[in-house]
Amino acid sequence: MIRFVSIRLVEIAVTLALMSFVIYGLIGLMPGDPIDLMRSSDPRASAADVARLKAAYGLNRPLGERYLAWAGAAFAGDLGYSRLFSEPVLSAIRPRLVNSLLLMGAGFTLALLLALLLGIAAARRPNSRLDRIVNLLCFAGVSMPSFWLALLVILLFSVELRWLPASGIATAGRGDLADRLKHLVLPVATLTLINLGPYTRFVRAAMRDALTRDHIRTARAKGASEARVVMHHALRPALIPLVTILALSCGNLVSGALVTETMYSYPGMGKLIFDAVMGNDYNLALATLLLATAVTMGANLAADVAYCCLDPRVSLR
Amino acid sequence: MSENSLRSTRWGWAIRCLVIPACLILLSDQRQAVAGKDELTIGITQFPSTLNPNIDAMAAKSYVLGATLRPFTVYDADWKLVCLLCVKLPSIEDGDAVPVDLPDGKKGIDLTFTIRPDASWGDGVPVTTEDVLFTYQVGRDPASAVANGELYRRITDITVKDDKTFTLRVDKLTFDYAAINDFVLLPAHLERSAFNEPAQYRVRTRYDNDPTNPGLYNGPYRISEIAAGSHISLEPNPSWQGPKPHFRRVTIRAIENTAALEANLLSGTIDMVAGELGFPLEDAIAFEKRHRDAYQIVYKPSLVYEHVDCNLDSPVLADRRVREALILGLDRDAMTGQLFAGQQPVADSFVNPLDSGYSTDLPHYRHDPERAAALLEAAGWRKQANGPRIDANGNRLTLELMTTAGNRSRELVEQVLQSQWRRIGVEVRLRNEPARVLFGQTLRHRQFQLAMYAWISSPENVPRSILHSREIPGPGNSFAGQNLSGFNNPETDRLLDALEVELDPARRHSLWAELQRLYATELPSLPLYFRSSVFVLPKWLSGVRPTGNQYPSTLWITDWKPEQ
Repeated sequence: MIRFVSIRLVEIAVTLALMSFVIYGLIGLMPGDPIDLMRSSDPRASAADVARLKAAYGLNRPLGERYLAWAGAAFAGDLGYSRLFSEPVLSAIRPRLVNSLLLMGAGFTLALLLALLLGIAAARRPNSRLDRIVNLLCFAGVSMPSFWLALLVILLFSVELRWLPASGIATAGRGDLADRLKHLVLPVATLTLINLGPYTRFVRAAMRDALTRDHIRTARAKGASEARVVMHHALRPALIPLVTILALSCGNLVSGALVTETMYSYPGMGKLIFDAVMGNDYNLALATLLLATAVTMGANLAADVAYCCLDPRVSLR
Repeated sequence: MSENSLRSTRWGWAIRCLVIPACLILLSDQRQAVAGKDELTIGITQFPSTLNPNIDAMAAKSYVLGATLRPFTVYDADWKLVCLLCVKLPSIEDGDAVPVDLPDGKKGIDLTFTIRPDASWGDGVPVTTEDVLFTYQVGRDPASAVANGELYRRITDITVKDDKTFTLRVDKLTFDYAAINDFVLLPAHLERSAFNEPAQYRVRTRYDNDPTNPGLYNGPYRISEIAAGSHISLEPNPSWQGPKPHFRRVTIRAIENTAALEANLLSGTIDMVAGELGFPLEDAIAFEKRHRDAYQIVYKPSLVYEHVDCNLDSPVLADRRVREALILGLDRDAMTGQLFAGQQPVADSFVNPLDSGYSTDLPHYRHDPERAAALLEAAGWRKQANGPRIDANGNRLTLELMTTAGNRSRELVEQVLQSQWRRIGVEVRLRNEPARVLFGQTLRHRQFQLAMYAWISSPENVPRSILHSREIPGPGNSFAGQNLSGFNNPETDRLLDALEVELDPARRHSLWAELQRLYATELPSLPLYFRSSVFVLPKWLSGVRPTGNQYPSTLWITDWKPEQ
């Protein structure tokens, strides 16, 4: 196992190095830069201003030279300065990463718990009324665009009932725990509802498959309680496909949810990455995209290890 | 304990754990919904990337700094130049503006300004000429990344008389000599250390590293809290000696999505939506229909001039008759009436009717499809039974129209143009691109035939950068000019040069009139309309005066108060 993990870690490092080059190149190939955009909206900006600002921001140097300078500094631990947010890259990322982890983590966990509950219940009674209702809700959740769901939720709980704030992360001048939690309720609920549909479908399908296997019949014949049959004998093999889905979803924890963040004006990683790429903020875009890549690849590695624990027949080579 | 009772106990605890905190959260704070009128929450659609007044030009930053920093001079809501930080505007008549002969034979001017005696930074340190000299040093340094360096380049020297009085020597005598709007003071006592290495100034400025430091602000408010990407809170500046601001706290909340902005307004999370960075006009019109009784909705025509640039290098568009036919083929009154409820005035030229340079003595192109057809015939474009007109060689009269993809308002207008021009036999193909591609690549290299976008200017702004022949982008000027039509007219160049240096208002007005007449006759661009900004205000708020220019209404925030 140690050899397998070591090889995979080296692969991740090589992939990240290649990714950094590709991302830098792709951003560089996008036409226009922020100074060009500034000039188009400000008639007072002269040609001299444009040239001076491009030099000040280093945008007049060749792309390769800029990449090498960034790579050298990044290797030494300096991720540079975000031009768009006027602060060091790590300072720009840190609060938004915390916000995203809170939002995505809560949404992800709640969706997963509810999906397990609903998926198992539906799988145990296929084609029952409960199964049909769960299926209907799942398809509704999958089909509903997140921006529309967010708007509906805001209209109901903020505009009509006035129970919860419609946007932001805290009330100005407050920001205590209760206030922060209150601001989290609607975006978390939206994300939970968005993720609930697909997760429930996966759990239901995996459980349906597991509950028809021979060893389940054997367990029941041996007199095991229904709870033990479901939670111990069926759920364990059913978790393998779910682990894959969860591993792939881990990247979202740090890459955020652009639409939900935009609708709730929630400063998270999704909006940060979008702004960084659209604003040609190389340092910030690279750091955030590489972080998301690293987490996704790391989670996939963890999933491979988890398969081994969940199913003794799986071996790592 | 039985299994059932154990299970019910567990469920009981689970329910308590979930429900009780939820109830506490919901009930803990209803203060927000009934916020007293000594607090004001404003919604805008952008969050400022920096708060340094001289780095990066951004509307959201101007909006926030309007309440916290006093520029020396600005244009007010009547589009008149006024003093905010200075005692009076220097003038030649009063002797505090003195034309001088420069060593190179040109005319310059010495301007003497006096800082208001009561002006001080939020930490109690007076605003002095020390700050003036420091700001000038930062602005002049090419490494400091100051966004608009033109004014600093034009100021060749500063002479300090005392703590409050100084004289600027400006290398060009222009009619707007007293306007030093871009000269926004930096507090030398706080910012000097960040400027030790000029190239690092934009990274080290305290406006981004210590933005709640009261000493950075000299306006009626200071920034008291920043939640990055979410909101900025302002509290009254204790050192401010001017009219007392009414609100104990002003929160400026960034909500990028306009549907969410509307929901926040209706929910009471925000009290008002700023016109400078708020609803697009079509959204505001729809909002007004539904909620006109609950809010004051104020439309203010602005200096944002929407037009269609004609690339004069295109053989078809090089013919003035074709350009005139295009404008005559448009029913612009009906278009703004139908699409914008008549709230965006039709433009006859690049000068807004509210601008002092505006002239009525210029061609007005009313919708006249017959005359448009006649002009096209005269230009050699024959009508066919079906399809677009053709020339003698059988080439179809087909033009490509571009604008910014995703801008709903422009995309709607674009469809109207396409439909109206089809009626006079002009086929229009639409090709839209994202803003950064359109402005960063396509327009800059003049790879278009017709392009619809906006010019943003200031009152009495001489349109040198968009009409002078030296401003045509090309390899010679590193594609840096903004005369995208490629308009090359010696008379226009002469008028632009003369206009800038004409001090006599009457003669200047006649030059303005001549320039507008020439522009409206030659039609390097087809004027469409002036955009309006929309302010959605609570009924109880008074004193908000939209300016319609680039200087935000927050500069006069001390006039804002609840209606008695």
